Amino acid sequence: MTTLTLNAALHLDDFSLEVDEQIPLQAITALFGASGAGKTTLLRIVSGLHREAKARIALNGEVWQDSDNGIFVPPHLRSAGYIFQDIRLFSHLTVAGNLEFGRRRAAAGDGPALEDVIRIFDLKSLLQRAPDSLSGGELQRVSIARALLRNPTLLLMDEPLSALDARRKSEILPYIEKLPERFGLPVLYVTHNVDEVARLASRIVLLSQGRVIAHGDATEVLARTDLKPLADHLDPGAVLEATVIEHRGGMATLGVGTQRLRVPGISVESGIDVRIRIQARDVALAIQQPQGLSIRNVLDARILKIEHYGEILAEVLLDVGGQQLRSSITREAAEELHLQQDIAVYALIKSVAIDVGLAG
Amino acid sequence: MDLGPVWISLKLASVTVVVLILIGTPLAWWLAFTRSRWRAIVEALVALPLVLPPTVLGFYLLILLGPAGPVGRFWVQLTGDTLTFSFLGLVIASVLYSFPFAVQPLQSAFESVGRAPLEAAATLGASPIDAFVRVASPLALRGYVTAIVLGFAHTLGEFGVVLMVGGNIPGVTKVVSIAIYEQVETLTYSQAHYLSAGLLAFSFVVLLLVYVINRRIPINRIQA
Repeated sequence: MTTLTLNAALHLDDFSLEVDEQIPLQAITALFGASGAGKTTLLRIVSGLHREAKARIALNGEVWQDSDNGIFVPPHLRSAGYIFQDIRLFSHLTVAGNLEFGRRRAAAGDGPALEDVIRIFDLKSLLQRAPDSLSGGELQRVSIARALLRNPTLLLMDEPLSALDARRKSEILPYIEKLPERFGLPVLYVTHNVDEVARLASRIVLLSQGRVIAHGDATEVLARTDLKPLADHLDPGAVLEATVIEHRGGMATLGVGTQRLRVPGISVESGIDVRIRIQARDVALAIQQPQGLSIRNVLDARILKIEHYGEILAEVLLDVGGQQLRSSITREAAEELHLQQDIAVYALIKSVAIDVGLAG
Repeated sequence: MDLGPVWISLKLASVTVVVLILIGTPLAWWLAFTRSRWRAIVEALVALPLVLPPTVLGFYLLILLGPAGPVGRFWVQLTGDTLTFSFLGLVIASVLYSFPFAVQPLQSAFESVGRAPLEAAATLGASPIDAFVRVASPLALRGYVTAIVLGFAHTLGEFGVVLMVGGNIPGVTKVVSIAIYEQVETLTYSQAHYLSAGLLAFSFVVLLLVYVINRRIPINRIQA
C-alpha cells in the first residue's frame, strides 16, 4: 500500500491552509469539499506546482518536499501524474504527439505499453487529430492516457469531470473507475461532487476552509451526521425535514408531512423542526403493506425515478409527501417487484440519523 | 556598382538578430513571468529606443564606447582596438537600438503561452529547459518569427545611430543607408536609385513573408 505524507501550511491574506495527514492510498481517494476549501491548492502542493507553501510531502518515505530542511524536489522529478481541470493538451502536437510526450519522459520501470493505453482509452481513431478538433470527453481521455504513459506512481486528478456535460461525464467515469485496478495506480481525486465521491472513492479526505475535518473510509465518512459542509453537498434526496411531535418511553415521534416516524429518544424539545438523514442503503421497498416486521418505520411513497448505477445495484428516488428520499436496492429486486415510475410503494426505514445541529 | 555596403548591412543585421534572440529570449521570459517590482522599470528601459531620437542613443553610445569612455577604454586595454567606428561597435549599437523590436513580441508570445502548458509539461516529467524547448518555444513560434524579422528589418533600416557610432568607413561600417546618404550628397542619383529601390523591394518582400507565415502558423491556444 502506498502512503502519502501530506503536511502543508499556507497562509495568505484571505485563505489559510493547514493539513497534517498520513493518507493510505488505495484505489481512489477523494479530496472532497466545497469550492474554496483548498482542494486544488493541496493537490498542487503534492505535485510541487505550488512552491510557496511550507510543506512536508513524502510518498512511501520518498521525500518530495521538506521545507524545514530546505528540500524541494521539482515537479518534473516527482513521479506524480496530474490531470488538470482545464485539460491542457499541447495544441502544437497531435494526439499521438501528446501521448509520445508523456511516454518519452516515463519514470523508470515498466510503464503501460503504448498500444494497451491506446486500446483501453479508445484513441486509435484520434491519433492523427489535432487537439483543437476533439470533444471535451475525447480531450480528457487523451490527457489521462498521456499522464499514464509517463508511468507515475501516483495520479492526481483535479475535478477531471467538471468541464464536461452530463453525457460526457458518464462517458469518462468508467475509464477513471478502472484506473487503479488496470494500472495498479493509486489516485488522489479532487471533487466537490458527492455523486462522484460515492461512485469512485474508497476513502475520503474531507476538507473545509483549509482544514481536514474528516478522513476515513468512504462509507463511514459519508454516513457521519456531524459534518455540515458535507451535508451541504448531499443530495436533497437523502435529507427529510421533520417536526418533533412528542417524547414517550425513550422514543420520540417525528412528523414527516402527515406521516409519523418513531425514533430512539432525542434531546430536542417537542415542536422543534429537525432535519433527518436517511441513507439510501437503509431504505428498503415493499409493494404491499408489510406485516410482522421488526422495522417500525414505514412511509408511504411514490417512485419518482429509477436510476441504474451499476450492474448490481439500482437507486430509486422516492417522493414522500413532497420530500425526496433515496433507496438503494439490487437491480434484481427492482425487476422482480416490477418497480417503475409513479407506482406507490412502502419505504421501510431501518435507521434514521438526526441532524440536531441543522435544526431550524 | 559597389555592393560592399549591401553585404555589411546584411552581415550586421544577421549578427544583430542572433544576439537579439540570445539576449532577448531570457529577458522576455523573465518579463513575461516575473512578479518582481523591477519589471516595470526594465520594461520602460527596453522600450526607450522606440521613443528616443537615434542621435541621443548614438551620442551616449559614442561617449560610452569611445576610447575615453568606461567601456571603450577597457576594450582598448584588452584588445588594442577601439569599439567606435568598428563593426563590433555597430553590432552593440544595433542590438540596443532594435532591442524592443525583438523583446516585445517575444514577451507577449510567452505571456500568451502562459504557465498552464509549462505546468502540464513539468508533471509529465519535462525539466524546465525541456519544457521551454519542446513546449514554450513551438507555442511561441509566431513571436519568434516576428522578433527575427522586425529585428532584422529594423537593423537594416537604421541610420542615425550607425552614423554616430560607426561613421562611414568603406568595407567596415559603411552600410546601405549610409551609402545612399553619401550618394545623394555627392549627387550620384543613379547609384542611390539602385540601393534605395533594392532596399525598398527587400523590405517589402520580408514583411510580406512575415504576414503570410503568421497566417499559416495557427494561433497558439491551449485546450480549455
